[in-house]
Amino acid sequence: MTVTQVVFFLMAAFTVGAALLVVSAKNLVHCAIALVFAFFGVAALFVLLDAEFLAAAQVLLYVGGITILMLFAIMLTARISARGIKIMNEQVGVAAVVVFAIAGLLAYANLKGFPAAVPPLTVQDNTASLGTLLLTTYVLPFEVVSLLLLAAMVGAIILARRERGKD
Amino acid sequence: MIPLSYYLILSVILFGIGMFGALTRRNAVGILMALELMFNAVNLNFVAFSRYLPQPLLQGQIFAIFVITVAAAEAAVGLAIVLGLYRNFQTINVDEINLMKW
Repeated sequence: MTVTQVVFFLMAAFTVGAALLVVSAKNLVHCAIALVFAFFGVAALFVLLDAEFLAAAQVLLYVGGITILMLFAIMLTARISARGIKIMNEQVGVAAVVVFAIAGLLAYANLKGFPAAVPPLTVQDNTASLGTLLLTTYVLPFEVVSLLLLAAMVGAIILARRERGKD
Repeated sequence: MIPLSYYLILSVILFGIGMFGALTRRNAVGILMALELMFNAVNLNFVAFSRYLPQPLLQGQIFAIFVITVAAAEAAVGLAIVLGLYRNFQTINVDEINLMKW
C-alpha cells in the first residue's frame, strides 16, 4: 500500500466514524462537534483529489459557518441535552431498510467498472483556474447564486426576528 | 493510486448515514445536520468524478462550489425556521409539530 492509500483509508474511516456519531449521539452538542470532524475528513479527501480551493472553502464555510449556526440554534432551543429523551422516531426500522436498499443499489452500480487510473492533471493552479472559470464561463450562475444568498440572508433575518410588541 | 470506486463507495456510505439520520431524528436541528452530511457526500462525488475524467477541467469542482453555497443558504433559512418554530411551539421535535396534519 502506498502512502496515498493509507491516508485515504485513514481519512475515510475517520469521516465515517464521525458521521455515525452525528446521527447517533444523544446530546446534540456532541453531534455538532462530531459534524466538525466529519467536515474536516471530507476536506482532507478534497486535498487528496487535488481540489485545494474546495478544501479551504469547506473548512471556512462548513466548519466556520454552518457549525456555528447549528450551535447557536442548539443553544437557543432548550431541552436538547436532557437525559432520557428519545432521539429517534418510530420509523427506525423502515428507515434502515430504505437506506440499505438505496445504498446497496448505488454500491452495486459502482462495481460496474470505473477506470482505476488517475489521469494527469491538466490544470496547474487550482484556485486561479476556478476563479477564471467562475468569472467567464459560469458568470451567470455565479450572479444568480449571489442573488440567492442575499435573498436567503434577508429571509433568515425576517423569519428569526421577534415581532415588535408581541413579546 | 486510489480507484474512483473507492471514493464513490465512501460517498454512498456517507449519504446512507446522512439519510438514516434525516429519516429518524426527532430534533429539527439534528435533521439539518444529517442533511449537511448528505450534501458533503454529493460534493465528494462531484469532485471525485471531476478528478477522474479523461480531461480534468474542474467542472465538477465548480458544481461543488454552487452546492456549498446553496447549502449555506439552506442552513441559514432552515435554522431561522427552527427558531420560529421554537418560539411558537416551545419544541423543535418534528413529530410533535403537526399543525398541518389532518
